[in-house]
Amino acid sequence: MRLGGLDWGRLLELMRKELRQTLRDPQALRVVLVAPIIQLIVFGYAVNTDIQDANVVLFDRDHTTVSRELGQTLTASGHFRIVETADRAQDLVEALDHGRAIFGIEVPRGFEGDLAGATPATVQVLVDGTMSNTAIVAQAYASQIILRFGQEHSALVPATAGTGARGHGGTGLPGVDLRVRAWYNPNLESRIYNVPAVMGSVMMLMSLLLTTLAVVRERELGTLEQLMVSPLRPVEMILGKTVPVVGIALLDLTIIASVAILWFRIPMRGSFVLLFAASLVYIVCGLGIGLLISTVSATTQEAFMTMFMCFLPMMIFSGFFFPIANMPAVFQFVSFLDPLRYYLATVRGIFLKGAGVTVLWPQIASLAVMGGAILWIASTRFRKTSV
Amino acid sequence: MRPLSRTRLWAMARKEALHIGRDKRSLAMAFAVPAAMVLLFGYVITFDINDIPTAVLDQSRTSQSRDLADAFRSAGYFRITRQLASDDEIAPLLTRGTVRMVLVIPPDFAKHLAAAEPAPVQCLVDGGDANTASIAINYAQAIVASYSAKAVLKGRTLPVPARTEARVWYNEDLKSSNMIVPGLMATIMMILSALLTSLTIAREWERGTMEQLAATPVHRLEVIFGKLLPYLGIGFVDIILVAVVGGVVFAVPFRGSALFLMVTAMLFLIGAQGLGMFISAAAKRQFLATQLAMIATMLPSLLLSGLIFDLASMPTVLQVISLVVPARYFVVALRGIFLKGVGPHVLWAQAVGMLVFAAAGLGLAVRAFRKEIA
Repeated sequence: MRLGGLDWGRLLELMRKELRQTLRDPQALRVVLVAPIIQLIVFGYAVNTDIQDANVVLFDRDHTTVSRELGQTLTASGHFRIVETADRAQDLVEALDHGRAIFGIEVPRGFEGDLAGATPATVQVLVDGTMSNTAIVAQAYASQIILRFGQEHSALVPATAGTGARGHGGTGLPGVDLRVRAWYNPNLESRIYNVPAVMGSVMMLMSLLLTTLAVVRERELGTLEQLMVSPLRPVEMILGKTVPVVGIALLDLTIIASVAILWFRIPMRGSFVLLFAASLVYIVCGLGIGLLISTVSATTQEAFMTMFMCFLPMMIFSGFFFPIANMPAVFQFVSFLDPLRYYLATVRGIFLKGAGVTVLWPQIASLAVMGGAILWIASTRFRKTSV
Repeated sequence: MRPLSRTRLWAMARKEALHIGRDKRSLAMAFAVPAAMVLLFGYVITFDINDIPTAVLDQSRTSQSRDLADAFRSAGYFRITRQLASDDEIAPLLTRGTVRMVLVIPPDFAKHLAAAEPAPVQCLVDGGDANTASIAINYAQAIVASYSAKAVLKGRTLPVPARTEARVWYNEDLKSSNMIVPGLMATIMMILSALLTSLTIAREWERGTMEQLAATPVHRLEVIFGKLLPYLGIGFVDIILVAVVGGVVFAVPFRGSALFLMVTAMLFLIGAQGLGMFISAAAKRQFLATQLAMIATMLPSLLLSGLIFDLASMPTVLQVISLVVPARYFVVALRGIFLKGVGPHVLWAQAVGMLVFAAAGLGLAVRAFRKEIA
């Protein structure tokens, strides 16, 4: 049967062969179906950048009710947990050296008196800067809490009922009262933002793993010659190798999306149809990259090294860990070549914001263009390697 | 047990080195990958948040409200890209991600300020990226507080009852490259070592050369150790390479002892490469071996090592799981050696962790490796 220049009978035969080759190995099947779930669950919990119960050492030189109350306020915020109290400044340093705490707080002698009087009381915070991202956020939280604590306990500022309990903003003081509301993620949980990103990375890793070896394996086993002497055309070969894998990858997507929604309770505000449509384009993109890698690699080892070289930068440029807008301009341009970038924007948009096609079409179109181009290059490369 | 023969061990190592040397591209990549990754991570990763795209909906339209918007503009953290006319415009902008924050100044803003009452201003933040959002909120509050002081108190000093004086240790400028480069060494070497070694035994099985090996008097310990030696060499060169690139390009301080670094690196490399060999011997097929090595090392050493995500804020179960992620010990040790300048008296627990890992990696590899052709 021929349609659109392709021999569908041959194509189906090749697809059946590929599917069988993948599924007949129970160990490989486990890698393909179980690994994504485990990865999503483990990493869904890991990608947490909230400051929760961060370890703090308190060095209280004031020893008054007020200074003790400051300690309790820090703990009550939920961000910090006082794991030790120090008696000497040296203890603070030691706790940081050993990594037992991410920062130390030194409440000065006369803290209570300063709060009652006119001189501002200064609380020293010693931050361990080795984890600079955590340090920045933790420092911000600590200074906010201390500032508010001071306002509530100062003799100069009239106390207003109900302050401090309202979270962000709202001091009740004269002057500008900033009332902050965070959309899409009112409690500012990092997980809601990061789990969809883990989904994207796991899907990419699976797509690459499934295809990278498709050609290399045939070459190493010597079965590539057999395929070459068969009347299969390069396009048919590429299609025959990708379509079964697309099926497996879509199954993976269904599984991990269910885990994200049912297990992690990630709000799904958008359309499932759009999610699957966008994912299909993305998977094709990933498979194209995998095929391209396998056509340019002579051995399994080369293929995997090349894949590693591709996957890590993809993660970095995608905006998974760091907002793309903060990267140096050159690297922002480079990130336009990263399919993961578009897919993360898409899944995050669909899950968190309920964004539709009208908002997300540039992302999906970019993925489609990229996927098409990569597949085209892969199939021309394939012809060359076959000669 | 027969004593290990140095000749046979050496011959095994030479054979493996020849294998590696023949595959020029893999060899080049074994050195290029770490250098390239450090440059990339070092340059691309930044935690500073600047120029947050912001829209202002000014319903007050007074000089006071314009001053407040100017205060946001001139602070450097926000870039006001839109002036809105009605609240219908807010939702689409945030949904599209065109702006990350919207400042809504209500009509009676100036009146409240003049009356020395609380003058509410609404700040809508795209909470999707919780980290960026909390930093943005913090900046916004600081700007508003200082504006408030000027507008309400008109020259009088604002009562700031308690303030915080923060001092940052070990990484005084909070440079992200100081945090990333030392830790990255562990992540890259874990992935690379396991990938390189995961093929070495499976290849012999697939190519049928295992029969030849089985026919020789070589002991399995000699095979494992012999195969390990050339990879250890590559690993050490990589570690030195990364340290030099980090020091020269990113000016990452090195405050600790080079000897201690080498000792811990040695333990770590033996463990990582032993793990790769174990996978290789157990899987017996290159395809499966590389897949397993990839899954066992790639994401865990990136996400469960404390390289980027703080282990202390993870659920207990995950913290327990991370105990078997060897990169976590090396990440802590590397940061300690490079940034804190601490030695074995602080890092002994990490060193013990890596020693256990090295013993386990080697032990598993030796156990799983069978010369006999079943």
